[in-house]
Amino acid sequence: MPLLDVRDVTVEFPTRRGVLRALDKVSFSIESGEILGVVGESGAGKSLTGAAIIGLLERPGRIAGGEIRLNGERIDTLAAEPLRRIRGRRIGMIFQDPLTTLNPLYTIGRQLTETMQTHDRLSDADARRKAIGWLDRVGIPAAAQRIDAYPHEFSGGQRQRVVIALALCAEPALIVADEPTTALDVSVQAQIITLLKDLTRDQGTAVMLITHDMGVIAETAGRVAVMYAGRIAEIGPVADVIRHPAHPYTAGLMASIPSLEHRVPRLRQIDGAMPRLDALPTGCRFHPRCPKVFARCRDEQPDLLTAGATRAACWLHADG
Amino acid sequence: MPMADTATLQVVGVSHMFDVSRPFLQRVFTREPRRILRAVDDVSFVIAPATTFALVGESGCGKSTLARLAVGLYEPSDGEILFENTALSSARAQPALRRRMNMIFQDPYASLNPRWRVRDIVAEPIRAFRLANRPNEVEGRVGTLLAQVGLTVRDGEKYPHEFSGGQRQRISIARALASEPDFLVCDEPTSALDVSVQAQVLNLMRDLQQRFGLTYLFISHNLAVVRHMADTLGVMYLGRIVEQGPAEAIFQRPRHPYTRLLLDAIPDLEQIGRARTPVGGDLPNPIAPPPGCAFHPRCPLANDRCRLEKPGQRMAGTAQVACHAVEEGRDR
Repeated sequence: MPLLDVRDVTVEFPTRRGVLRALDKVSFSIESGEILGVVGESGAGKSLTGAAIIGLLERPGRIAGGEIRLNGERIDTLAAEPLRRIRGRRIGMIFQDPLTTLNPLYTIGRQLTETMQTHDRLSDADARRKAIGWLDRVGIPAAAQRIDAYPHEFSGGQRQRVVIALALCAEPALIVADEPTTALDVSVQAQIITLLKDLTRDQGTAVMLITHDMGVIAETAGRVAVMYAGRIAEIGPVADVIRHPAHPYTAGLMASIPSLEHRVPRLRQIDGAMPRLDALPTGCRFHPRCPKVFARCRDEQPDLLTAGATRAACWLHADG
Repeated sequence: MPMADTATLQVVGVSHMFDVSRPFLQRVFTREPRRILRAVDDVSFVIAPATTFALVGESGCGKSTLARLAVGLYEPSDGEILFENTALSSARAQPALRRRMNMIFQDPYASLNPRWRVRDIVAEPIRAFRLANRPNEVEGRVGTLLAQVGLTVRDGEKYPHEFSGGQRQRISIARALASEPDFLVCDEPTSALDVSVQAQVLNLMRDLQQRFGLTYLFISHNLAVVRHMADTLGVMYLGRIVEQGPAEAIFQRPRHPYTRLLLDAIPDLEQIGRARTPVGGDLPNPIAPPPGCAFHPRCPLANDRCRLEKPGQRMAGTAQVACHAVEEGRDR
């Protein structure tokens, strides 16, 4: 049984002009100790998928179909209070901007101990000792002294380390990390990526890593899901998705990324833009931009089909 | 190195200081000295016509300040900038020269007036510099410009909010081209865009450069983008250029320890599942930079000399490198 199992999850936003379907039958699973990358361009639905899992969809958005199971137990139908207990205790969260995650008025020590004491019966002294231990593990120098500092006294990279400590301190089974390194400079990003990898390896924590940066995924994740216009276009082992993409969108996306290793005269570009949710094309949502489009793509929407080592939502792979 | 007298832009020993002191009275009461942030510190480079000079560095390294200096939005505190051998300040005073330089900004959401139609946004430089006088002439120019960046005349009737980020950046480029410039300063022009759209905009910028012989000063924190665009490269750290030279040479064989750190830190598609030992530390506070070489607290090669003496630029291969370790051959 996978740790997290997401089956046919559909998220809708009712608007005055009708219901917008922002996620359409998204399915994937994550095992313990695994890092699943979720990549896509802005508006593809990757952050929304994370929000649906942790039960933090912004109103009036709602899960209109499918189910989400954590260790076999359904969590998408839970009431607010039991869901709140799962969030933090069993699912940790890391967001892009550490400043909005941390409370500027509390010392980081108080935020850490409070989080641990919400979920576990711990004496103040034990909680403090554990908090120092976590700060030490995420690489905050002189943790015993720094524990009484306020968030503004830390640099951007250190703040993100504190956020990671905060997400880990309740020892959750799953961490949803939404663009955890996007606000950071590359040298600091490299430190945070290494930290995340080490922690998942040591703790057996599962991570859903949401990012627009394919390079970060390549280095960190074991499998990757590529999203396009609210659906998963392709999912599979990172090396296969990058080297032998089966979906024309994935192929275009990979080729449009400038390389550090060699210089090409022209980047390959995918003409056009991702469709808006209120103007989705019929059939496959990628077909108006697809270089390999044929008749069936315009009429019928493909589900994920086996395509070599990966699975792709593309009629090119209809015969397996 | 190009001949100096044919250069489009020459930056000679330029520094720029910001006064970030607290208000005078507070300083008097708390006996606090003035605080000066040296955002750009003694920077020199030359950009040859129809080439791209790229500046790369992390946030706070001074690259955007340098971009603003290069088009005259800031006056240098020290040093000199020449545009086609004319001092920038006097070039800016002459409309005939001023129209030949322009800027493309990072955020296509903030840099376009939301109340203007796109055709008016693009027409403004044409009208301001009186490049066309009759209304249908202006209209024709706007139509040509929109077509050059892959938009249609009909798009000119719309407002900026009706476009996606990539299309807005095309509008910014059309506006920047409207005054028929030779020199464009591009400050992170694709950082706000998705990768597939970034590819469209980078390809467009390359095409336009070849077609019109444009000279670019291209600022970015993304080394892969820089590699794609740059002919010549300058790597900045805390206000100084630590390494500069032909871009390909630097990418093939980076010499300065900071350049190597940057290149090594970038996650790349071709390094699946790479394990590595990241370099520790953050950028130091630019108001109180470390003495000697500003990079020494994070540098694996630092010794006593690096802690005391600021390194000057020396030739190392085809690049100029500001590093004692490289100069002394300690980097091997």
